[in-house]
Amino acid sequence: MSTPDPTIHQHAAPTGFIRKHVFSLDHKVIGRQYYDLALVAVFLGLLLSWLMRIHLGWMNAPIPLLGKLFPSGAPGNVMTPDLYLSLMTMHATIMVFFVLTTAPFAAFGNYVLPIQVGAEDMAFPHFNMMSFWVTFLAFLVLISSFFVGDGPPLAGWTSYAPLSSVGAVAGPGQGTGQTLWAVSIAIFCIGQLLGSLNFITTTLDLRTKGMSLARLPLSTWAWFVTSVIGLLAFAVLLPACVLLILDRTAGTSFFGPTGLVVNDTVLPYSGGSPLLWQHLFWFFGHPEVYIAILPGFGIISTVLPAFARKRLLGHQVMIGCMVSIGFLSYMVWGHHMFVSGMNPFSALMFSVPTLIITIPATIAVLMWLGTVYGARMRYTTASLFCLGFISVFITGGLSGFFLAQPSLDTYLHATYFVVAHFHFVMAIAAMFGIFAGTHFWFPKMYGRMMNETLGKWHFWLTFLGVYCVFMPMHYLGLAGNVRRYAAFTDNYLVPLIPLHKFITMAALFVGATQFIFFFNFFWSRFRGPKAPDNPWDATTLEWSTTSPPPFDNFGGRHLVVHHGPELYGVEGAANDYVMQVSPEQVDAR
Amino acid sequence: MGKLFAIVVVIIALVSAGFIVAHVWWLPTPISTIAPGIDGQFNETMWFTGALFLSSQFVLAFFVWTSREGKDRKSKYWPGGPWPLVGFAIVVVGMEILTLTFVGSKVWAAVYMTPPDPDSMQVDVAAEQFAFNFRYPGPDGKFGTIHPEKIRDGNGNFFGLDPENDVAARDDVIVGTLTVPVNKPVSLTLHSKDMIHSFYVPELRIQQDIVPGLNVPLHFTATKVGSYEIVCTQLCGLGHYSMRSFLQVLPQDQFDQWLKTQ
Repeated sequence: MSTPDPTIHQHAAPTGFIRKHVFSLDHKVIGRQYYDLALVAVFLGLLLSWLMRIHLGWMNAPIPLLGKLFPSGAPGNVMTPDLYLSLMTMHATIMVFFVLTTAPFAAFGNYVLPIQVGAEDMAFPHFNMMSFWVTFLAFLVLISSFFVGDGPPLAGWTSYAPLSSVGAVAGPGQGTGQTLWAVSIAIFCIGQLLGSLNFITTTLDLRTKGMSLARLPLSTWAWFVTSVIGLLAFAVLLPACVLLILDRTAGTSFFGPTGLVVNDTVLPYSGGSPLLWQHLFWFFGHPEVYIAILPGFGIISTVLPAFARKRLLGHQVMIGCMVSIGFLSYMVWGHHMFVSGMNPFSALMFSVPTLIITIPATIAVLMWLGTVYGARMRYTTASLFCLGFISVFITGGLSGFFLAQPSLDTYLHATYFVVAHFHFVMAIAAMFGIFAGTHFWFPKMYGRMMNETLGKWHFWLTFLGVYCVFMPMHYLGLAGNVRRYAAFTDNYLVPLIPLHKFITMAALFVGATQFIFFFNFFWSRFRGPKAPDNPWDATTLEWSTTSPPPFDNFGGRHLVVHHGPELYGVEGAANDYVMQVSPEQVDAR
Repeated sequence: MGKLFAIVVVIIALVSAGFIVAHVWWLPTPISTIAPGIDGQFNETMWFTGALFLSSQFVLAFFVWTSREGKDRKSKYWPGGPWPLVGFAIVVVGMEILTLTFVGSKVWAAVYMTPPDPDSMQVDVAAEQFAFNFRYPGPDGKFGTIHPEKIRDGNGNFFGLDPENDVAARDDVIVGTLTVPVNKPVSLTLHSKDMIHSFYVPELRIQQDIVPGLNVPLHFTATKVGSYEIVCTQLCGLGHYSMRSFLQVLPQDQFDQWLKTQ
């Protein structure tokens, strides 16, 4: 532990509009910028999923205005198969990279982590500013693919070669659109690498006096572990994207095998391997799942005790769970490739660590359940989303038992069972973590309170709705319903269309209920009642300063930390909780 | 609020599990020799995860039901602390992992790591955007060599054969449907000329990607006469959803008859 030298990290508060609100070095502004970017992205991703779901339920139904938006992709307002695949690709790319990575990790991490460790800013404020604007540029590049000649790419967010590497000859969207995709993701990697470096350095070097690693809040632990994962994962995806760009534009053959024939023409590739892309992509791709969900672990482990009014069961155990999940996440990428044509022996090698990951995940769930046991629960929107998180994480995690086994994956691979699994475990669980974090930290971030009534309506409708959307997808997968199909014309798939119609209606419903959240968020941001410094009676350092905090976070004070992060329900204390900075002596078992 | 949450979670868990128990949507009838092993593994996994799903959702509901804030109420802590739970998770989940792995590895090995029967019937599969084509070696029992530069969709030369110079290619039988005799081992070699495709027959319980540049082996024995759909499960372009063929399983005599007429 080191005490920061106050002369190094102090920089004067900016006065001009641009340096204050646009190109700001302040981690709090950057955190809010990331959050706003995620809001724009999630709104777009949601609209795309609506269009996809409408098409899957009613394949030939015209969708008003669609033909105006996509003249070639929707003649007569009816979606073509290639437009469906493009929307699917963009939905997944936007959601995975620009929502599930930016919101729980970059947005909350940026805003909260430096305050939770007692620092005045991130270790490298210029890198931090660059990280956001590079990510923003990546977003613009991705969105620009909607406006190029042959439309956005359609190879899926996994962009398997050679579909992604041979260029326009592979079909619509595989020309400029696919190149823009690869460029966008490469830029995105740079932004996240800068962010990860910052998080790691800040956590290790800028902790205030008394803030030992053992006293770090679990949210900060989660962001720290996530940034270590991110540093290694994005460092692989970045060169992979560069290789893809080279294959597409410079005539290299990293992913193109000899004798590739498209449109009766032998393409000039030699010696490349399509499986190389899959290895590189999934070496990033599986850790990415944990980049999306581990911040959720941290948020739940920090927010739940504040509303359960008791310590988290097994604080150190939870750290161990997160570290071991992060470590194991690098040994399991091959479980995405059981049927890819790689050596069948390696399937067994990848299956075992994949199954072993369920042990720390199970332990984490038991710790949360043990925390809910006997709690004096305060039912706020934030705590409801924590409880909902536990439920959806259990549901999503258990289907992993099927997919981790190659002998079952040979049936379930590339079916809606997989879609159900990853939506529950990384999308919905992570979103519930984001919602819990938003309702918890909103007063700190914007200095105002969110509306609890709207928040609770949003929770109940979303909780019921997501089960209606994603639970039936398991059943579709059991029946062998293949994913990434623009239409269901096979004899055995036609009887499943009524179930798709139900899912579509549920998805439209859940999507509509998100507007309650959007409204609550923006209304409260500007019109909500002023927030007190510590509205939740919470203990971590961000609640020891004003809402929102001053430019240097603590108004020139250098905090000294005396306690661990979860002293709730402490007997004999002045309140029933003890803040981390409180010098009060308590029996901190 | 807590009681409402508990009720909602219990209802969600029961309804979700109900559709599974009732087999409303379920795996199609199996038609291959390896399918019973896979289905057994599947059922064992379903029992285990189903029990964990219901019990953990119920425990969550029960704990939430009983936790409320009261002025004089003290928080209760889990008796014994976290470590017994850690041990419980390691033992229960660990045992299940061992069981699933030992049994499941055998099932997997039987499909993908066992060499095909030496007497099995050889069929070559060529996948392309967006069709499957199948090739039988003909009376000479030999496949003609594949020449990528000779592949022409227009004249039906899906395999790039050169019958003028290659004797073995002259009697190759090329068809659009995979027809096999019942109870006879079939050994496929999968090729793709353009994108990654996949060979998926739900009734066989087999899915295998077809990767350009690789000759991927796959073997199975169909045990039930009938017609089954072969679908592509690897995104291969805009016509991906429409890429399919049929697996026609015939009695041996009808199969011989069919082969003669090709």
